[in-house]
Amino acid sequence: MWDYSETVKDHFYNPRNAGALDDANATGDVGSISCGDALRLTLKVDPETEIIQDAGFQTFGCGSAIASSSALTEMVKGKTLDEALAISNQDIADFLEGLPPEKMHCSVMGREALQAAVANYRGEEWADDHEEGALICKCFAVDAVMIEDTIRANSLKTVEQVTHYTKAGGSCSSCHEGIEEILTKVLAETGEAFDPETPITIDPAEVKPAVKKGKLTTVQRILKIEQVIAEIRPQIQADRGDIELVDVEDKKVYVKLTGACSGCQMATATLGGVQQRIIEELGEFIQVLPAELQAA
Amino acid sequence: MTKGIYLDNNATTMVDKQVVDEMIPYFTEQFGNPSSMHQFGDKVGRAMKTARAQVQALIGAEHESEIVFTSCGTESDSTAILSALKAQPQRNEIITTVVEHPAVLSLCEFLEKDGYTVHYLKVDKKGRLDLEEYKKLLGPKTAIVSIMWANNETGTLFPVLEMAELAHAAGVMFHTDAVQAVGKIPMDLKKTKIDMLSLSGHKLHAPKGIGVLYLKRGTRYRPLLRGGHQERGRRAGTENAASIIGLGLACDMAKKHMEYENSCVKAMRDRLEEGLLEAVPNCFVTGDPDNRLPNTLNIAFEFVEGEAILMLLNKQGIAASSGSACTSGSLEPSHVMRAMDIPFTAAHGSIRFSFSRYNVMDEVEEVIKAVPPIIEKLRKLSPYWSNGAPVENPEAAFAPTYS
Repeated sequence: MWDYSETVKDHFYNPRNAGALDDANATGDVGSISCGDALRLTLKVDPETEIIQDAGFQTFGCGSAIASSSALTEMVKGKTLDEALAISNQDIADFLEGLPPEKMHCSVMGREALQAAVANYRGEEWADDHEEGALICKCFAVDAVMIEDTIRANSLKTVEQVTHYTKAGGSCSSCHEGIEEILTKVLAETGEAFDPETPITIDPAEVKPAVKKGKLTTVQRILKIEQVIAEIRPQIQADRGDIELVDVEDKKVYVKLTGACSGCQMATATLGGVQQRIIEELGEFIQVLPAELQAA
Repeated sequence: MTKGIYLDNNATTMVDKQVVDEMIPYFTEQFGNPSSMHQFGDKVGRAMKTARAQVQALIGAEHESEIVFTSCGTESDSTAILSALKAQPQRNEIITTVVEHPAVLSLCEFLEKDGYTVHYLKVDKKGRLDLEEYKKLLGPKTAIVSIMWANNETGTLFPVLEMAELAHAAGVMFHTDAVQAVGKIPMDLKKTKIDMLSLSGHKLHAPKGIGVLYLKRGTRYRPLLRGGHQERGRRAGTENAASIIGLGLACDMAKKHMEYENSCVKAMRDRLEEGLLEAVPNCFVTGDPDNRLPNTLNIAFEFVEGEAILMLLNKQGIAASSGSACTSGSLEPSHVMRAMDIPFTAAHGSIRFSFSRYNVMDEVEEVIKAVPPIIEKLRKLSPYWSNGAPVENPEAAFAPTYS
């Protein structure tokens, strides 16, 4: 049994705005019958103000697909088209007080239906740019297509790298066999073999040749570390978190993770990624630790 | 007992109260290891011997020693297939079907990565095999044939007796995953050429966590688990004594109810089928209705999705299961529905009702009343349905953008 929130159940048992609008002037059809989820969103848009006056949905799908559709119609009513387009799939999931990872694609479908309907209203072509694969990492809802694309784009070689780039495998680690299979498949395309023993160190070509171990002054060293953290920061902020350098003691670099990072299961993996980048930059082994671990 | 109508007996069954009572003393009084020399375990060995004989009687094994207790159906399947490969290293091919349980399919896919060749027999629209195709595949490289006796989703029966004869004639080992069949249809293994058979306790009112591998005497065998001398060295590990004893009694009871299963239980299933087909438009029975388990009805409701149906049924206390993608979190509907070429619009709406001898006819009438409004409600939400009927040419009328 799925662990659906009360809001999901409520929107499934008592769907709002079910059915097609008779006087709709925007229609978005998305989904895939093979996956068992398909949605038609109809909107009535005021041509003067572009305010969505009414919305209706028809959905072939599971409980969370119907609930996501119902939630979407409630969320868009009264908004202008541009305001509505700002709704992300995470907003839909948040409105429903969360969805199981296997069901996040239901909220994605809602958002796509909205984009398709707006494109239809504006006389534009809407093309789906999103291909969905089998769900590999259930902790962070990462699918096979996403992992494959990321491996190709970044020439990844190890499970650890995949985790750093996609989060997949960063929590319970049950999906590591699945990630290894994808690595094996993608690496084979270029005639490479997946080697589980590949050290997590970086391609020597990428390491700055100027960096020589132990040649930096303390200030240079700290500046370098600051610089690496500044580079990584936007990525972390994109996930609604933040990172700051607290102290450097010999080989120990203490940082503080805040925002969405604090208490996140991924904190350890994030620190691992930061550590790897600093090691590359300094050309020496250091350890990145949360500031709480620094002796008072 | 929990209130509600339980029609998901192919998933698992309620442990019979008598079975539980039989088991209890083996947790608290006769808890000793059956291998020990003292009084705390002295009755355990004897009780297990009785249980073994009860299992033997239900499946018609010739010898008591052909019964090997395992932890579940999956373990029995893995043991059988891996044993055949290990014992016959010169043979590297497996024959199975596209509609097997994941216990067999996943293992076969894994073995393919290790270089084994697996032949998957296809099924027709009613879920039936083509024996001519099968005969052609049997050969000197075939290590084992593994074919389910009854399909868990549709209840469709495969001609395993005939297929075992054919395998035997070709000098090939034959295994059947019979977890759905044992206890529901009579069998007499000593008169067959089946070499190995898997069964699972929790499908016949025994507890979860106990299974059996039937191993015909003389079948070349390599254990999966090595260690102690339990099960004559064929399955090491301290015996799950209480569950073995529970399974024995459950087998005995199943044998006594075999006729009831094939008359009264079947009558309830048939009534449900008739009632639903009559009350709901655009639905049909999947699998082979003329050749299936007496307790199973799989019915596909077109243009609605199974998980949604199950949630609404559950709200009314009715338990069933579905072949939709969403119930399992996968991207495709059940491989069994796809193998039978059931269209997506129906496969996602397939619902399995599976009975046991603890169901009663009143429950059937309640389900017949509950289902039609549920389907109607969901169809009103469906883009494939309009004004009480499917939209014309549904797959063209609603062709969403998607890769």
